[in-house]
Amino acid sequence: MSAHLLVIDDEPQIRKFLGISLSANGYRVSEADSAAAGTAAARTLKPDLVVLDLGLPDGDGQEVISAIRAFSDCPIIILSVRADEFDKVEALDRGANDYMVKPFGIAELMARLRALLRTRTAPEESDTLTLGPVSLSLARRVITRDGADLHLSKREWDLLACLAAAPDHVLTHRHLLRTVWGPAHTEDTAYLRVYIGQLRQKLEEDPARPRFLLTEPGIGYRLKTGGEA
Amino acid sequence: MPTPPDLRPSPDALLAEARRDQRGHLKIFLGAAPGVGKTFAMLSAAHEKLRAGVDVLAGVIEHHGRPETRALLDGLPLLPLAEVHHRGRSFPEMDLDGLLQRHPALALIDEFAHSNVPGSRHLKRWQDVEDLLDAGIDVYTTLNIQHLEGLNDVVEQITGIKVRETVPDSVFAAADAIELIDLPPDDLIRRLQDGKVYVPDQARRAMHHFFSPATLTSLREMALRHAAERVDRQMVDYMRAHAISGPWPSRERVMVCLGTGEEAERLVRIGRRSAERRGSAWSAVTVETPGSLHGSPARQAALDAALRLAEQLGAETRTLHGTDVASTLLDHARTTNVTLIVTGRPLPGPWSRLWPWYRPLADRILAGSGEISVLVVPPGERKPAAIAPIADPVPPFPWQAALLTLSTIIGATLLGGLIDHFDLPLANISVAYLMAVLLVAIRAGQTPAILTSLACFFSFNFFFTEPRYTFAITDSQNILTIVFFLLAAVTVSKLAARLRTQVDRLRENARRTETLYAFGRTVSAAVTQDDVLWAVAHHVAATLHGRSLVLMPDGGTLRIAAGYPPEDRLDDTSAAAADWAWNNGRMAGRGTATLPAAGWLFLPMKTARGAVGILGVRQDSDQPPAPDLRQLLDMLADQAAIAIERTTLVGDIETARVATERERLRAALLSSLSHDLRTPLVSIMGAASSLITYGPSLTDPQRTDLSQTIQDEAERLNRFVQNLLDMTRLEAGALRPKTDWVDLPDIIEAARRRAGRLLERHTVRITLPPALPLICVDPVLIEQVVFNLLDNARKYAPPDSTITVWAGHDGQTLTLEISDQGPGIPPEDRERVFDMFYRVDRNDRQSGTGLGLAICRGIVTAHGGTLQADSGLNGVGASLILRLPMPETVPGVPA
Repeated sequence: MSAHLLVIDDEPQIRKFLGISLSANGYRVSEADSAAAGTAAARTLKPDLVVLDLGLPDGDGQEVISAIRAFSDCPIIILSVRADEFDKVEALDRGANDYMVKPFGIAELMARLRALLRTRTAPEESDTLTLGPVSLSLARRVITRDGADLHLSKREWDLLACLAAAPDHVLTHRHLLRTVWGPAHTEDTAYLRVYIGQLRQKLEEDPARPRFLLTEPGIGYRLKTGGEA
Repeated sequence: MPTPPDLRPSPDALLAEARRDQRGHLKIFLGAAPGVGKTFAMLSAAHEKLRAGVDVLAGVIEHHGRPETRALLDGLPLLPLAEVHHRGRSFPEMDLDGLLQRHPALALIDEFAHSNVPGSRHLKRWQDVEDLLDAGIDVYTTLNIQHLEGLNDVVEQITGIKVRETVPDSVFAAADAIELIDLPPDDLIRRLQDGKVYVPDQARRAMHHFFSPATLTSLREMALRHAAERVDRQMVDYMRAHAISGPWPSRERVMVCLGTGEEAERLVRIGRRSAERRGSAWSAVTVETPGSLHGSPARQAALDAALRLAEQLGAETRTLHGTDVASTLLDHARTTNVTLIVTGRPLPGPWSRLWPWYRPLADRILAGSGEISVLVVPPGERKPAAIAPIADPVPPFPWQAALLTLSTIIGATLLGGLIDHFDLPLANISVAYLMAVLLVAIRAGQTPAILTSLACFFSFNFFFTEPRYTFAITDSQNILTIVFFLLAAVTVSKLAARLRTQVDRLRENARRTETLYAFGRTVSAAVTQDDVLWAVAHHVAATLHGRSLVLMPDGGTLRIAAGYPPEDRLDDTSAAAADWAWNNGRMAGRGTATLPAAGWLFLPMKTARGAVGILGVRQDSDQPPAPDLRQLLDMLADQAAIAIERTTLVGDIETARVATERERLRAALLSSLSHDLRTPLVSIMGAASSLITYGPSLTDPQRTDLSQTIQDEAERLNRFVQNLLDMTRLEAGALRPKTDWVDLPDIIEAARRRAGRLLERHTVRITLPPALPLICVDPVLIEQVVFNLLDNARKYAPPDSTITVWAGHDGQTLTLEISDQGPGIPPEDRERVFDMFYRVDRNDRQSGTGLGLAICRGIVTAHGGTLQADSGLNGVGASLILRLPMPETVPGVPA
């Protein structure tokens, strides 16, 4: 059964082109043009994924995230304009799973949607992640590169595990820091920079041009599992 | 061949002519005596103008009930008189404000010399007329010759009447036209006898003498001569203004030397007339010597009045300081190129009889005058009996002086006793007493000294001369002793007193000089106009031991900009005086002829470009400020004006620069918008319409190509809009870096990834040292900088060339260099590429807004870093070098 997507955006032109493109990709699409209608639709239609515009005329998109999270944990992908990093971080912290900067290309959106839907439909499909030459088993706490064991420190492993728990999702600095270092260190982004650097050295073929551990400037990191950067 | 200087039009004369063009024109109907028909003539002339269509309005006409004059009033528009309230009564007075508001082309104002009712704006009607002229209104007025200020004393001599209503000669001289209304004395007397001449009751007593043929003839001659002199001068002015060569009198200058006393005013008038006849500038000076400081307040007041009169009559006034009057005067005369010195010759005083070597001032000036002419004015007929030889005001005899006197005498007596005890010669005792006298004379002044000398003598006589313990004098030698004591007392005390006053005076002068110097220094150190204004207010108040205000124009009105002690309100009269001073560029308020009822004296602060503000001063005493204080005030006002102008000039230049810059930016933005917004839109619309219209007939690759065009152009448009938004945020100051610890390679990679397809035709080589420390920057903004730099490099670098990204650090600065292999940036443009909308080659085919680099620099500057352009690697292409300060401490990261 094809996935059911809910698009909440007040701009008819955007709804139209999203509707056409998403339907063409085999998704079932419902539309809502306001925060209230969107929240109601999310409750009644129980979509598999929500595409949400943060700038809605009748209310703050952030509130919609919180409202949806109150009854559903379906993936939410945010559409927002550039230069609003603060809003994006807040949205992600409230429970959104990814974001797209407007304007965006449809191919990029499709890739994100696929990734989000995949982790949702098959969360326990396999506990093994493959990142190029690296394969990683969270349950067994084993990581190999080209078949050879890789040694990770505890923090490195915790960080990687945190990212790998939600592959292809953007995880905010705050979320990563809280999970790995504890609530007292949510502002110590320098820790992240250093450990991500160390992980790249160990996992990436070219640490200067990472393919898996990707930086989202000002927001956080994403562990990308498939496709090209 | 250079033009001979005499044939060049004199700038002064041309300026005077130009000034006459903007102001209203003044025509004076001049008569020798009342009743000659001035008002009649004026009204006839007015009717002629009225018939010619001129907007004539009569402000005030005194027809004195004469029927033929009254008949002429028919058909003339007349402005009703205003009521002026004074001491509970109301008086009719000319409505100056009404006239100014109604603004006729020509106003008729009778009786030029009239004194206004107290409470009017000006003391005199001629000042009202000045206001009208300043407002560009032509004025016809009437005047009798005896009302001319400069002729005041002559008229008094001829008629025996002291005329109190006078008009300054300078105002008369500035009139554009004089029409002499002449009537032979016999005819006038006949008119008088026929009752056709109005004579006020109070003048009836003097009438008989006034209207005698002899008096009238003298007055008539004066009127005729004055009119003739004027014609002469006007002709000379005209010839000068038009550079007609002629026998010019060399530049003459008259200097009137004023001593103290009533003679001073007479000297001023005589000096004024001499200058008038020569058509020369003139000045009135007085010399303050240490000795002259003992002058009585009455004499000083008379001198001040004379100096003020001279100022009113158009003289430049100066108070000089020196020890020798004659040489000080002559020095000043030489330095100011004076050609004629006017000085008085006082009646021989008591000194001249007692002191055979006494030489009057006039003689001493004559002796040293050399090439300068000297006019010695004989004393007036009336010996100024009122001014008795004035004794020094009895100086107070304070208790300190009494104590000093007493103790000195006792001390001297005790010393005398000691000398006597050792049987030393008597002369030594008298020397001891003499010392006492000298001491008292030096320390306590003349009166205590004389008292001391007497006491010393008696004490000496009583205690030490034979017969002892009596006051009997047996030896004539002792008589001599007292004479010497007295002489010594008087001489030394005089000398000491003179020295003291001289020192005081010097101290006072030094204080003033210091004030001026300090003023200049503070004011020049002040940067903003506000600082200057407060410095001015503070210094003026401190100098005058009074209060001060600075008023500045603000949207058409004057606003108190500074005051010391701070003040934020002015009473109505003072405000009116300030406005008047501002509008007319002359002093007003207390101590002047305009609105003297005001509590403040207002001086315009003038520069070559005009008045920049008004300085207000207020002293607690009721006396108007003395002329030398006025000089100081003028100097302060001048300095303040220059300082204020300096700040406004700086402001003006800055404003002009900003305006030009803004204009340039606006033009650049418009051209950029029209070009950079429209170009991608043209491509998008073209591709989209092609797809719609010819879609079915196009091949698949063609359709993809067109669709790709739409996407590429839309992305380009998006970058442009992003740049505009960033620029707007930068300009609005809304761009504040939200710093965070960042890994630079991470940022570079993110930017490179975002640039993605833009860079697909170039090779990007990134060379980074293995361990770059973290830096503390705004990751999003710096990513934008790197993105823009990459975008910029790929725009100018030829396809398939390499873009090199290099980074390094020296522990304090992190350097990031992005080099391309394009045409490079000429050295002279390397700074300008960071200007908004600037592109090196205006005709380049590259799309771009000229904003990218400007945004980069804005962001980098906000981070405390620098961004510069240089030639590229090995001198090929361009390099953009970004330097960011590195944090001193890097947060420790637990393992």
